[in-house]
Amino acid sequence: MLSGLLDGIFSGISIGSVLLLAALGLAIVFGLMGVINMAHGELMMLGAYTTFMVQNVFKSFGGAWFELYIFFALIAAFVVTALFGLVLERGVIRYLYGRPLETLLATWGVSLILQQFVRSVSWVLVIGIVLFCLLFFGALKLLSRRPDFDRIRNWVIAIMLPLSAAIALVTGIVVGQVYKLTVTKPWFGAQNVDVTAPKWLRGGLPIGGFQLSYVRIFIMVLTIACVVAIYLFLNRSTWGLRMRSVTQNRSMSACLGIPTQKVDALTFAIGSGLAGIAGCAVSLLGSVGPNTGQNYIVDTFMVVVVGGVGKLVGSIVAALVIGTTTYLIGSGVLANLLAPIQPLADFFTFFATTSMAKVLVFALIIVFLQFRPAGLFPQKGRTVDA
Amino acid sequence: MLKVSDLNVYYGESHILRNVDMTVHPGKMVCLIGRNGVGKTTLLKSIMGLLKPRSGSIELTGIPILGKSPDQRARMGIGYVPQGREVIPRLTVKENLILGMEALPDRKSKTQDIPDEIFDLFPVLKTMLWRLGGDLSGGQQQQLAIARALMGRPRLLVLDEPTEGIQPSIILEIEAAVRRIVATTGVSVLLVEQHLHFVRQADWYYAMQKGGIVASGSTRELSNEVVQRFLAV
Ligand SMILES: Nc1ncnc2c1ncn2[C@@H]1O[C@H](COP(=O)(O)OP(=O)(O)O)[C@@H](O)[C@H]1O
Ligand SMILES: [Mg+2]
Repeated sequence: MLSGLLDGIFSGISIGSVLLLAALGLAIVFGLMGVINMAHGELMMLGAYTTFMVQNVFKSFGGAWFELYIFFALIAAFVVTALFGLVLERGVIRYLYGRPLETLLATWGVSLILQQFVRSVSWVLVIGIVLFCLLFFGALKLLSRRPDFDRIRNWVIAIMLPLSAAIALVTGIVVGQVYKLTVTKPWFGAQNVDVTAPKWLRGGLPIGGFQLSYVRIFIMVLTIACVVAIYLFLNRSTWGLRMRSVTQNRSMSACLGIPTQKVDALTFAIGSGLAGIAGCAVSLLGSVGPNTGQNYIVDTFMVVVVGGVGKLVGSIVAALVIGTTTYLIGSGVLANLLAPIQPLADFFTFFATTSMAKVLVFALIIVFLQFRPAGLFPQKGRTVDA
Repeated sequence: MLKVSDLNVYYGESHILRNVDMTVHPGKMVCLIGRNGVGKTTLLKSIMGLLKPRSGSIELTGIPILGKSPDQRARMGIGYVPQGREVIPRLTVKENLILGMEALPDRKSKTQDIPDEIFDLFPVLKTMLWRLGGDLSGGQQQQLAIARALMGRPRLLVLDEPTEGIQPSIILEIEAAVRRIVATTGVSVLLVEQHLHFVRQADWYYAMQKGGIVASGSTRELSNEVVQRFLAV
């Protein structure tokens, strides 16, 4: 029975560390900008697909390279999703600050676009998008050197937008006609893809009666590394100081000369990059599909809400508690433990499946929020209204 | 230094500032007086870029600044000490001071060291560097807010009721500090103030009523009658 509990706690912590890794970026973005990023799960998915691609590239290198691909995949996933986050913030979200409902809708839209994007991405699509961006933004860049740019700006956009789109579309169709399937075949398609862990991550560490898989240990270490890195970044670096300042008092920070727009962009990029890392980790746990992100978004929100906004430590505790509780209930460990007390045992047996455990945890969270609406670690005193 | 012309500012549909004109000459200290709610803070926020005027212009050393964001204005040399002080609460005093250096235009000169002049002006801060800004008393926060603005070596210092809600002994300290700052750095000052004693330190005054400037002149000629009409004492 004790080993069962131990098993439960280890597994719970490992689930919790996945949750925490996934929620970290969301918590930072939410804490700083009050932006609820519904596309966070899809950013994770993007990270997972990046991992898949890096894996394929390294597979072709063969041998020792393949054993190391995961580290390159982590970096690649971070960079790709961070860049995407940057574009998202500059292109969409910055126009919606202070309007949470619109942000919610817009980021939800982005999440749908991303899901469809990975289903249908192919060489033709990539060529079209790249061509469009080159033409449109290149033209804007060139023309912005003209002194009267401000006056003609709207005209330039009105002309260049359909023109670039048309050129990109035609090029796409022509390339598709000429090269046929080699360029029109989707890269991933709608099916799930599988990431294989390198050899040294397969198998597990036997503890007592059960095995703690190396992948889960790897994820725990990764989570700790990310938390430490974020902590150091926020508390030791210049940009971290700026971020904390903007989080607490945006308008005064601006009056001090802090470039708040850059801080916003950087924060969003880092939050997105963390989603990418989480996606890379998640890809080791199971197959990856266009819907991977949706499985995580609700859980990560629970972590952020229960932890309290703007507190790293809150997210950590919340993730571990939610992870452990979900596992203990879902795996039936709790039901076994309570076997001597018949009615309680029956109660927990009823909830001893993954989805029912989620229902119960969700209910518990709602009850919890009735008593502590601001989460585990609410911010005290006069700082709240600042 | 600063020139505000024909400024009109609205909150939603309510017209707060009406055709405000005001000039702060280089190295001068200008005081803006008026009863509560006439729009003094609104004017300072518009100068800082926190509010968008509907019409009019604001120039700093001849350069129009209305299109610029608050952080750009801070880096152009406006140091702002807002009403209510707005010290960043969960940063230490030292971090608050370091953030004051964000307004320095050249990034090279940014260090982690607080210059001694700051502690000469406000000795209390030296003993409190590691305390959280939000834990200081009102007077200490006010001193911190002024020190923070000075860290950016502003050309124009904008102070909004720096003595509001502060005990008399500290008021005298703050007054003396501001006078010393003006004497040693040659900074121009725009001050909103209710304490007559402090108002008299300024070179020039503007009196505001219902969102418009209704009187101005040298503070030496500030008559008791004007004081009666425009100060809330
Ligand atoms: N955020 C706001 N929204 C709407 N009206 C405001 C706001 N802030 C101030 N006001 C109004 O603007 C007027 C001027 O306020 P303010 O500039 O703060 O006055 P003062 O600083 O001279 O005491 C007041 O009538 C006040 O009610
Ligand atoms: Mg005021």
